Amino acid sequence: MVTGVFLQRELRLLARQKADWLNPILFFIIVLSLFPLGIGPEPNMLRIIAPGIVWIAALLSVLLAAERLFKDDYRNGVIEQLVAGRHSLLAFVLAKIVANWLSTGLPLLFISPVVALLLGLEQAALGAMALTLLLGTPLLSLLSVLGSSLTMAADKGGILLALLILPLYIPLLIFASSAIEAASMGLGYQGQLAILLAMLLLALALVPMAVTSALRINVS
Amino acid sequence: MFKWLDPYAKSETLYHFCGKLLPFLMVTALVLLLLGNIWGIAFTPADYQQGDSYRIIHIHVPAAILSMGAYAAMASAAFVALVWQIKVAHWAVLAIAPIGAVYTAIALITGMAWGKPMWGAWWVWDARLTSQLILLFLYFGVMALDGAFSDRKVGAKVSSLLALVGVINLPIIHFSVEWWNTLHQGASITKFRPAIDPSMLWPLLISILAFAVLLMALTCLRLRTAILENEQHRPWVRKLVGG
Repeated sequence: MVTGVFLQRELRLLARQKADWLNPILFFIIVLSLFPLGIGPEPNMLRIIAPGIVWIAALLSVLLAAERLFKDDYRNGVIEQLVAGRHSLLAFVLAKIVANWLSTGLPLLFISPVVALLLGLEQAALGAMALTLLLGTPLLSLLSVLGSSLTMAADKGGILLALLILPLYIPLLIFASSAIEAASMGLGYQGQLAILLAMLLLALALVPMAVTSALRINVS
Repeated sequence: MFKWLDPYAKSETLYHFCGKLLPFLMVTALVLLLLGNIWGIAFTPADYQQGDSYRIIHIHVPAAILSMGAYAAMASAAFVALVWQIKVAHWAVLAIAPIGAVYTAIALITGMAWGKPMWGAWWVWDARLTSQLILLFLYFGVMALDGAFSDRKVGAKVSSLLALVGVINLPIIHFSVEWWNTLHQGASITKFRPAIDPSMLWPLLISILAFAVLLMALTCLRLRTAILENEQHRPWVRKLVGG
């Protein structure tokens, strides 16, 4: 109920500040288009590295969107009010996570298969990549909300945020790329998907608690 | 137990307690370190395959084990700090972080020095090496986060929270050699029957113990400094430093 109200508010804010979610998507596409320029347009080479660079570009663009997640709400006192009100803080955090995924994760899910096709990824690997992104992007959103809540009141938030969250993204990157690699060699990759799902569920259970306590620490 | 532990949450008591422990820990650490390393490096037989290069394990393995041990200790301190709101525990987190980072760096550097003659490369992107590198970044993250806030109290709390979140990396490092098919060898001394000859095992165990005691000693030293720094306006600190 309360989460729905908060989610509506978040989505309305996103609709008014289009740069917040459009810029990361443009960034994603630009980063990907730099790779063929940087390492040469050799199709075989691109096909091999395509899954990896799609994932890395996704990590970076999610990071770009993460920096401003709580900044405005912190500056104009919304978070302070919510912490004072006590009971609705968790709903607010959940709405943030869902809105962040809808605005950055979901578009990536639609764009990345197209980009991967342009980079020459095979059909089999394409399916695996879409599935890993489907399971992985919500996890990215959870972790970036966590990082953003930790650095919300910090003086030099931006670079610090990257230093904090990128290490936490690494297990995700390892399993996602090994799933895609297995798929492109024609092997089963259910195991890696199961681990991704397990990581997502674990994060879903624990991250909202960590975020609410980070918000409380930052305004107390 | 809580009744017994409770007085040490007070910074003055803890300061004097650490001061009493420090000489014992420091002397023990130095004796064990000299014993373990000299025995391991000069008086053990050479390996039948690796020759003399394997002797670096007497530094590499203790540093690697204790880099994770230090993280576990730091995270426990962070848990205590956040759950029971004890400020000396926050200072303990920040006292352990740089020591742990140095242990991690020692493990990585000695591993690289060993890897060059054995694997033929300074670095391979293997699961254990990568996850150890992540551990180093986590330590850096905890330290950087503490320095990023103008309000030091908030910085200490937030970095404790990050230390707690990063615990997720410990099982990944520990099991990385079993989950992935990697170049780094599996565990040899924690098995039921160690896969290492007793003549090499004993100095190694002594070195591990030495690194553990050294970690405690350095933590005591840094914690004392942190207490003085944070409590400098208190009367007992002023009396102590004579200012």
